[in-house]
Amino acid sequence: MGLDVKWIELPAVQRRFLFYSAAATLVFLLLLLRLWYLQVIHYEELQERSVKNRTRVLSLEAPRGPIYDRNGVLLVDNRPSFQISVMRQDVENRELLFDALSGLLGIEKAELEKRWDAGRGFPIYRPVPLATDVSREVMEKIQEHSVDLPGILTEVRPIRDYLDQGSTAHLVGYLGEITEEELARKDFAEYRAGDFVGKTALEKSYEDYLRGHKGKRLVEVDVQGKLLRQLQMETSSPGNKIFLTIDRELQRATDEAFGDQSGAAVAIDVHSGEILAMASRPTFDPALFAKGIGSDEWREMIHDKRHPLQNKVIAGQYPPGSTFKMIVALAALREGVAGEKRIVDCQGDFEVGGSRYRCWKKDGHGPTDLRKALRESCDVWFYQVGLELGIDKLSQAAREFGLGGLVGYPLPGERAGVIPSQEWKRKNFNKPWYAGETVIASIGQGFVLATPLQLAVMTAALANNGTVLKPQVIQKIEDWQGNVLFDSQPEIVRRIDYDPQAWKAVRDGLIAVVNAPRGTGHAARLDDITVAGKTGTSQVVRRKSDEEEEEEVNGDIPYRFRPHALFVAYAPAEKPDIAVAVVVEHGQSGGRAAGRSPKRLFSVTWN
Amino acid sequence: MFDRRLVVNFDWVLLLTVLFLAGAGIVNLYSATASWHASTPIYLKQCLWLFGGVMVALIICLFDYRHLEHFAVHTYIVSVGLLIFVLTLGKTTMGATRWIDLGFFNLQPSEVIKIAIILLFSRIFSQTASFVGYSFLELWKPFLWLLIPVGLILKQPDLGTATMVVFIAATMLLFAGVKRGTMVVLSILGILTAVAGWFGLHDYQRARIRTFLNPEADPLGSGYHIIQSKIAVGSGGFRGKGFLQGTQSQLSFLPERHTDFAFSVFAEEWGFSGSLVLLLVYLFLIVWGLYIARRAADRFGMFLALGVTAMIFWHIVVNLGMVIGLLPVVGVPLPLFSYGGTSMVTTMIGVGLLMNVSMRRFMF
Repeated sequence: MGLDVKWIELPAVQRRFLFYSAAATLVFLLLLLRLWYLQVIHYEELQERSVKNRTRVLSLEAPRGPIYDRNGVLLVDNRPSFQISVMRQDVENRELLFDALSGLLGIEKAELEKRWDAGRGFPIYRPVPLATDVSREVMEKIQEHSVDLPGILTEVRPIRDYLDQGSTAHLVGYLGEITEEELARKDFAEYRAGDFVGKTALEKSYEDYLRGHKGKRLVEVDVQGKLLRQLQMETSSPGNKIFLTIDRELQRATDEAFGDQSGAAVAIDVHSGEILAMASRPTFDPALFAKGIGSDEWREMIHDKRHPLQNKVIAGQYPPGSTFKMIVALAALREGVAGEKRIVDCQGDFEVGGSRYRCWKKDGHGPTDLRKALRESCDVWFYQVGLELGIDKLSQAAREFGLGGLVGYPLPGERAGVIPSQEWKRKNFNKPWYAGETVIASIGQGFVLATPLQLAVMTAALANNGTVLKPQVIQKIEDWQGNVLFDSQPEIVRRIDYDPQAWKAVRDGLIAVVNAPRGTGHAARLDDITVAGKTGTSQVVRRKSDEEEEEEVNGDIPYRFRPHALFVAYAPAEKPDIAVAVVVEHGQSGGRAAGRSPKRLFSVTWN
Repeated sequence: MFDRRLVVNFDWVLLLTVLFLAGAGIVNLYSATASWHASTPIYLKQCLWLFGGVMVALIICLFDYRHLEHFAVHTYIVSVGLLIFVLTLGKTTMGATRWIDLGFFNLQPSEVIKIAIILLFSRIFSQTASFVGYSFLELWKPFLWLLIPVGLILKQPDLGTATMVVFIAATMLLFAGVKRGTMVVLSILGILTAVAGWFGLHDYQRARIRTFLNPEADPLGSGYHIIQSKIAVGSGGFRGKGFLQGTQSQLSFLPERHTDFAFSVFAEEWGFSGSLVLLLVYLFLIVWGLYIARRAADRFGMFLALGVTAMIFWHIVVNLGMVIGLLPVVGVPLPLFSYGGTSMVTTMIGVGLLMNVSMRRFMF
């Protein structure tokens, strides 16, 4: 033992103890330095990563702004819908899952896979929608089988609800899933893949007003991504309320007047230019788009010969036919070409430049003045007067009334129609103008084309003593708290100056159209309200070969070659409030087919 | 036999230090497993293990450590026998064969061998250490005794424990003294072994080392542990997130947070300030262990205390180095702090030996 003591007490051995203690201290110092490096120097970065680990930002859908009619009747709202989504991180076997899900949802496996792939760009904790707006029964079935469907969740999300069955579909437009191109744009910065945005019409143009602001939920999750608690919440604010100028009752009456026929009708408040009703038939169901339209349904719609997606009120261009005669009459009166009392003897046809132009009435109207010419829609009177007036003066008058140019419909898609002139023809066809072309232009045929909206604006200007008003569709926009963001004011495009006598002469003629015996517009007559109007029947351009083939086989005129029926009207005639333009495509006769609509409309308005 | 001096000289400092660390470990385990719903909470189990460990340590104090010198060889042979047994008949979990199922307890022979090597080397070095230090030729026998169990442990495979055993033996050997030339040769041999060892490693072991060098290469796979641990430790900052407030641990982002990564939980919740205190206490334990060795009554006791201290030291360093990203991830628990009966019992056997040596320092 003595030896032991000696060994331990050797300075060299004692130094070893010192050395070991020092070495241990050094090593601990190194560990502490590393801790300092992590916990003090890199604290912020690592702290941020720990926050990122445990928090997720979930966005809260903002309910899209509702759309009302002018009286506050709800037209388009949102309703909760069930959406089946998949949380991809919880799926262990996609094949097995889709096998089970395909049967429950009634969706092909390949389609499910396509939708899964569509979410490739989403962050992993974001569910990918597999089926939207599923029924309660399907939702319940999914819930029942939830144990066998790991990663599948049912979400409730607001979906557009159309309370007016698509009656205002063309005005309001529809929604669709946001495209990648849209997502890349700056004005869509707040959007994410899978969001629905306005694709057409009002929904598109007023997207900014309607979308609202998304809310945010900051939540804490555990390592499995399971939601534990809410840390912060920023509520979403709903989109703004838009009040249309549409009156739902009038809109419904206008729609119903069409029955199965296609065409367009529009009613305008003659004081403000507000559109009270606009129907484009056939219409479509925007609800189909609200949940994502299938490609078959889409194809069917765009290939439908009756063009259900087109808003014919603003984009349908028709020869105005005899509804155009009021312009010819007014222009003739202003230019002194023909007075009220000007008599033309109608023998059923009219000859100019070696061609014969027939009056619609084969036997002729006999001696005819302006009033009679309007009432009975005598073509020969207008052939004669139009020819004397000349195309350029006629064209100028028509343009003043809003024809041949955009009338300023506030949403996209409006078309300008055509009002020809000598210069127009030279420019477009590089050919001189022929007198015969003036003749047929005088009865609203030939080159002349107008949209129903233009005809309504024209009629309104006649009714209100020459004020051409810009059509309005939005009466008011309010935010969700009721603050008014926009309140429509009438916008006057121009005032047209005519001698009071001229106005009266034409108006009297229009009253006679509806109310006098032998007037062509009897169909629109009402007992207690005086309606003034003008009928029109416009030929559909057809090629010779078509005519021979089909007409001979059927005897009757084939549908697509039947003339369009038109009717423009305003009421009450004494002190007008509403002007209407109606086109019934292939409706044959203006008076009968198109007169129903204004009649319904006026009777709904004043009864 | 029983001496009043034994009570007078009882090493309260050591016991209190150990109880403090184990107590802190239990408090930390309470937090680390707060979200678990087990019938017996982990921290309670750890209390039982601590109690058992303290009993073992006290029992070891009862007899004079010098008797152990005679049993060192027997202990060694039995331990190696157990290692061979575990390789042939042991329980396999996660691709490694490390345990012998005793019913109430999974005996881990690789833990036992640590104590056995300490005893054997204490015996060898206390009998043969000279003023001039060992030469290479004198060392072949101890090398052989070391290589047999290390080889068997590597076969399990358990790189962490094998490294621990080598580190413990090397620490003792260096203290005993090695001639300068031998030292150079040993260093070169060590480096060559390390290089050769790289090729002998299992793929998962190599992956761990690669991951250690660049954990961000596979943040959700092999790099996950170390990244999450670093985030936990670093996000604790200077003052910590507070007890039970560690998001990394409470929300389970931190893996193995009750065993190997228990310190990460502590560092997250108590911050640098708490870690500093904990590390200083651990350092004190080591320095105190060396102090016990220095005061030992004889060379065997000195080497015994030194070996035990080396064992505790290397466990602390390797575990902490691993959880703070200084060393590759090898499954080494933090003594007294990580949950686990085996680690607790092994450590407390060591603590008992230290106490034994300490309280008999005046007994010649």
